[in-house]
Formats: sequence, structure tokens, C-alpha cells
Amino acid sequence: MILSLLISNKIEIQHLDLFYGAKQALKSVSLSIPEKSVVALIGPSGCGKSTLLRSINRMHDLDPKVRLDGEILLDGHNILHGNTNLNKLRRRVGMVFQKPNPFPKSIYDNVAYGLEVNGIHDKTRIRAAVEESIRESYLWDEVKNDLDKPALDLSGGQQQRLCIARAIAVEPEVILMDEPCSALDPISTAKIEALILRLKERFTIVIVTHNMQQAQRVADFTAFMYLGELIEFGRTSAIFEQPNQELTRNYVSGHFG
Amino acid sequence: MRWLFLCAVLVFLLCCFVFWDIASKGFGVVSLEFLLTSPRKGMTEGGIFPAIVGTIYVSLVTAVFVIPFGVATAIYLSEYARDTWVTRLIRAAIRNLAGVPSIIYGLFGVAIFVDGLGMGPSLLASGLTLGLLTLPYVVAAGEEALRHVPGSYREGALALGATHWQSIRTVVLPVATPGIVTGVLLGLSRAAGETAPILFTGVAFYLRYVPSSVWDEFMALPYHLFILATQHHAIHQVRPLAYGTALVLLGFVFSLNLMAFWVRKKYSVYGQQ
Repeated sequence: MILSLLISNKIEIQHLDLFYGAKQALKSVSLSIPEKSVVALIGPSGCGKSTLLRSINRMHDLDPKVRLDGEILLDGHNILHGNTNLNKLRRRVGMVFQKPNPFPKSIYDNVAYGLEVNGIHDKTRIRAAVEESIRESYLWDEVKNDLDKPALDLSGGQQQRLCIARAIAVEPEVILMDEPCSALDPISTAKIEALILRLKERFTIVIVTHNMQQAQRVADFTAFMYLGELIEFGRTSAIFEQPNQELTRNYVSGHFG
Repeated sequence: MRWLFLCAVLVFLLCCFVFWDIASKGFGVVSLEFLLTSPRKGMTEGGIFPAIVGTIYVSLVTAVFVIPFGVATAIYLSEYARDTWVTRLIRAAIRNLAGVPSIIYGLFGVAIFVDGLGMGPSLLASGLTLGLLTLPYVVAAGEEALRHVPGSYREGALALGATHWQSIRTVVLPVATPGIVTGVLLGLSRAAGETAPILFTGVAFYLRYVPSSVWDEFMALPYHLFILATQHHAIHQVRPLAYGTALVLLGFVFSLNLMAFWVRKKYSVYGQQ
């Protein structure tokens, strides 16, 4: 209660159920995500954390077997409503995937892509946005002379930072990250974590992670999920140091997962 | 295991023998003059220029028809169609189309294009008939190529606010293009060697001129070969010319296959990640 008085919530998830065919993958999940903060979703494999993340930009719409009930309010508007414009929603809610997935295009074209599909064709404006986004993603010094080279020639860590640059180029409000470091080495991971801490000044970030140290390093708030349910949500320090639930304590202390 | 190996060697030797037989008997005939002049004196002398041009032209007409229809069908089946009994029926129909004997296509071409639509025997009617024959190959190759495009590319595009069609046009299709081009070239190479579908729909026994529009009749390498080998009044005298024609046809088909191979090698982006 005190929290919600101090900070306005960017996203309010209310009683969200998600079904894959007959199987229920999310069970009445309710969660408030404060603006310009980092929220980590943790829990064992199959607990529904990625599924919850992908509900926020409606990526499940690609799968006809998925059914969603409940509400996800973005600035107070329910994005699960049938007349939501998905393209506009996904411009506002960007996503970075588990495996770096730059397009087989040049570095420049990768970052320009989101602007172009959103109807921006002013070359000067695109060039400025591309440069700014790559700078913001701590990648500029490494690629500034190679903007025309194929993005697939970059290292895994560079590719992931490029994907972050691509996501922020369209100036979203929220960035969803689905285990963005799980395919990367420790040095690349450290760079991306530093980047996340900087990006939260401008964006609301929701990150799924398997790595508890990572959650503690980057997240202001942490949600622990288990078997499709949200078990506990609170300040990261509270979740890791004084959890209210037995299940949370067992998980964060490494007893299972 | 030894006899399996021997079988494989036998097949290889048979291939070599066919090629060697044609190449050795045809090589002496093929010259610049053979390639660039028309047949003379009741086809007992001269070259096969009109047949070469006719085969290239009819392949072009085929390509112009089959590329848009084949690729559009592949995109629909791979990117839009849900898995229902209707789409399964469409897929089964396309697969079966690939097994229809080519003479049936010829008959169909006469009924629909030559007579039904009043095109008369022409490059257009033959090209469309060969297009139908090639269609299942192009659709199957196109679908295969589109399916190989990693889902992560589609998700990446959609997550940036691209519409479904934008993601297909700007990300999925460019990645699938080498595979699609390969399928088109292989389909065309099969079409270029076919005789039956063009037999009734536009190919001519002998023409002094090369076609000047799609409404003209044309000569073609496989049919010319058929004439020289079986229908000519002096079969033994023209046998070398037949071998020369066979060699040129083989070269044409072989270079299409080589192009397909090259495109796949050079432009394929699969497996780079």
C-alpha cells in the first residue's frame, strides 16, 4: 500500500489466467510493476515466468492454442482488450529475447528496422536515432566503423547489446527481457547488467532470470513464481533476505530449482 | 555390404556412360555455327538456333507465371494458413500435382489454354502448361525455405511493432529467397527438358524464324531432339545432329542446376547463427 502511494504503477496485472489448450500455465497472477524500475521474475523452469512476460506484449497471439483471462493494465488501459492495436502496443512494450536474434542485415539496418516499420522514413532522423541507441547500449565504440557490416558477424554479447539498441530505438516505455544473459559469458553479462541499471532511468524493465545473483544486482523488485502462481512479490532485498513464504525461502537459498 | 557398394558404383558408372556417350558423339557437332544458325536442307544440315531460343523463351514465360503464383501460394500456406482440413487438402493436392504424368499436362494445356481460352498453339500456352507442371516444385521448395526461417526472426520483427505482412516482406522473405530461387531454378530445369506438355500446345516441327511474341509458335530443344531421333526421313544421316542437340539440352539443364547450387551456397544465411 505504501509503495503504491509513493510510486505510480506502469503495469497492473490483475487475476491473469493463461491456458495452453486445456493446461493452465498461469493461475490468477496479480502483480504491479512500478514505473522506471527493474522487476525480476524468478522461479524454477516451467513456473510460468516467461509465459507471464510474453503476455505483456501479447506475443502469445502467435499461438492460437493460448487463451488469456484477466487484465493487464498499461497506464490504466487493458491491453488484453480485443481492439488493442498490437503493433502500437509492441512499439510501447519492447522485447529482448533469450538468444540474441539480430536480423541477417547490417548493424545499421537492424537498429533502423523498428523505426522503418513504424512509418519513420526521414533519413536524418533515423541516422540520429540509430547512433543514439547504439551509444546508449554501450556498443558504439565497438561498431562505429562497421555499421554496414552484417550483424551476425558480431559476438554473442555484442549481438545482444545490438538487440537492446534495436529495442530502445523505437523509444518504448517498457522493455521486457527474457533471460537476456543466459547465452552469454560473464563479461558480456556484466556489460548488459550495467546497461540495464542505466536504462531504468528511462524505461520500465521486466526481466526474467534464472540467475539469483543477477536478480539481486539489477532488480528493485522481485517476483517469485512457482507452478503458474505468483508466490511472493516485494523489494528484492526483502525477497532474498526476509521472505514471508517458506517456498520462497527454500528457492532463494538454493534448496530447489 | 560389398554388393551395396557395387550397386552404388554401378549407378555412378551408368551416369558416366550416358554422359560420355552423348558428349563424345555430340561434341564434334557442337560449334558456334551449330549454336547460332537455323537448320537447313530438311534439317540435315545447319544448326539449332531457333530451338535454343525457343527453349529459353518458353522457360521465361514459365518463370513469369510460376514465380508469383508459386511464391504467393507458398507464403500463404507457410505464413497464414492455419492447420485445418482445407489447407491439408490444398497441400495434398499440390503434392499430387507433382506426380501427374507430363502428357496429362499437355492434354490439359490443349483443353484449357489452346482451345478453352483461345490462345492457340503458342509460346504463352506452352509456357503456362509448363508453369502448371513446375508449380508444385516451386510451392514445395518455397514452403520449405520459409519454414527454415528461424522463428526468432519473426518474433524479433513483431516485437518491434512490425505487422505480420511487414515481418514477412522485410525479414522472412529475404532470408528465404535463396531457397525459393533454388526451387524455381530446379523446377525450370525440369520444365526445359519436357516434351509432352509442349507437344500439343505450341511447339513446332520447323520454323524459319524465332518467335517475336508470346502468340507465336516456337521450336524447342527436347522436341527437336525427338524429331531428329525418331521422326526424321533420314534418321541415320542426322544422328550426329541429334547428339549435338542432346548435348546442348543437357548443358542448358545442367547450368540451371549449377546456378541453383551456386545460389544456395552463396546466399544461404541458415546456420550462420
